[in-house]
Amino acid sequence: MNKNLGWFNLTSLVLGFAFLYLPILLLVVFSFNESKLVTVWAGFSTKWYVSMWANEGLMDAAWVTVRVGLLSATIATALGTLAALTLDRFHRFPGRTLFSGMVYAPLVMPEVITGLSLLLLFVAINFDRGFWTVTLAHTTLTMCFVAVVVQSRLVTFDKSLEEAAQDLGCPPVKTFFAITLPLILPAVVAGWMLAFTLSLDDLVIASFNTGPGATTLPIKIYSQVRLGVTPEINAICSIMIGIVAIGVIVASIATRRSELERDKAERAAFRVDG
Amino acid sequence: MAEAAPAKGGPGWTRWLVVAVPYLWSLVFFLAPFFIILKISLSQTAIAMPPYLPVFDGLSTFWESVGELNFDNYVFLAEDSLYIRAYLSSLKIAAVSTLLLLLIGYPMAYSMARAPKSVRPMLVMLVILPFWTSFLIRVYAWIGILKPEGLITVFLQWLGIYGPEDQLRVFNTETAVYIGIVYSYLPFMVLPLYSALEKLDMTLLEAASDLGCPPVKSFWVITFPLSLPGVIAGSFLCFIPIVGEFVIPDLLGGSSTLMIGKTLWSEFFSNRDWPLSSAVAVILLALLVVPIVIFQNYQKRI
Repeated sequence: MNKNLGWFNLTSLVLGFAFLYLPILLLVVFSFNESKLVTVWAGFSTKWYVSMWANEGLMDAAWVTVRVGLLSATIATALGTLAALTLDRFHRFPGRTLFSGMVYAPLVMPEVITGLSLLLLFVAINFDRGFWTVTLAHTTLTMCFVAVVVQSRLVTFDKSLEEAAQDLGCPPVKTFFAITLPLILPAVVAGWMLAFTLSLDDLVIASFNTGPGATTLPIKIYSQVRLGVTPEINAICSIMIGIVAIGVIVASIATRRSELERDKAERAAFRVDG
Repeated sequence: MAEAAPAKGGPGWTRWLVVAVPYLWSLVFFLAPFFIILKISLSQTAIAMPPYLPVFDGLSTFWESVGELNFDNYVFLAEDSLYIRAYLSSLKIAAVSTLLLLLIGYPMAYSMARAPKSVRPMLVMLVILPFWTSFLIRVYAWIGILKPEGLITVFLQWLGIYGPEDQLRVFNTETAVYIGIVYSYLPFMVLPLYSALEKLDMTLLEAASDLGCPPVKSFWVITFPLSLPGVIAGSFLCFIPIVGEFVIPDLLGGSSTLMIGKTLWSEFFSNRDWPLSSAVAVILLALLVVPIVIFQNYQKRI
């Protein structure tokens, strides 16, 4: 029976992961295709990377996207961390249910609704559409994801450490920066990265809230995809996948190393105490 | 205002600030826009910028404005069968895809939870990784695979199953939309299922097997009921955004697929009818309020 189960498990894992990864792999492979036809292999070539690099519209869009992503992810991380602290620490204040609703609802809200409603807000207050409206819209969306990631870390957080600091006379704000923040830092960093990639990725909300001079990469890619599939898009997509993959690997190595160092430091501290 | 955590000293204003900053942000940028969308949906279309005639400008003219409220957009939505069919078709596509996601995601999550403990973090990482790459890119990848002269056609011709004239007829159909949705949302289904299945106490299954319960029966009597919170969380996490999905039906479904996200998009961007697209959004939101509330209750429990 056990062997049977192993066979079933292995098959479903292999099939599942093949389904998840094969399309991405094919996309990257065909970015190195000599032919303009995305589906016929005509030899290895990097010419699409060269022509992509020369495509000014695409490069401008990439730069706008990165700036929006950096700014919105940073604001969203600050707001999301505060929201997570609020949800984790303050259990009674007026409108708490409303607040937790406003944190969780954007996670599943269809993007067309979020995008349209934010646009109507900006129009109602006469805020010119452009770089800042896209940034504010992305901040609003991604702070909720940061809040969920940070909150899941706060739940497992050992509160006695904070209490110890405060018993020793450390003021709350200092306790936060000296004790709490360093301990939840991996979650905060993960939240920032999630916010950044969500911002890089977003087409719908950006399309509603964009304005002159604020064409982001997904908007650009979308308009080109509608005209037809070209290997140039495969090339820029492959580069984005590469950047994300490197980012994820570096971040996971960094968090593992900082965890190891913290463990070592904790053990050393206990030895001194004992 | 912020009545706060027990046994935490310190000045009240920092605590107040921790609550107030994200609270105000959400009020202004998340809640207030819904009232504006409701307001615009009750206004009349105009050829201007912004393209609608305002209602409710200031409290002094409130009662005057009530008389001018305009339900034309909603009447129009109810009378034109296109919109009703788009809503129903979106709900159907979302329900069927959620079921497909469960059928594909459950065996995956189950196998991940049964894998040796040392490889589990790597498997979780492998499920999350595609989620970090762009949604648009992943949908785009499927165009190259599914289109009539695409990779599947080439592959089947190479195998000899397809003659040189045969082509795959999946692109721009609902089938392509299902493939795209299942592909894009699979991580959202697998992760909640996995976290529910991983917590399962294996001794329960051992006890059942010791008492002579066959494995298939113990799955339905023990494993599946205990994984229900994960099933429900995963299903709602997928179902709700799929109902309003735009990118996938637009790029893979072509003109033959009717989904409300696409309708809203074209009302807004092609017809520039802001009041009507607001009305479409309000009704979509009304349809999703109950699933969203259920989702939130489960989100808190997991």
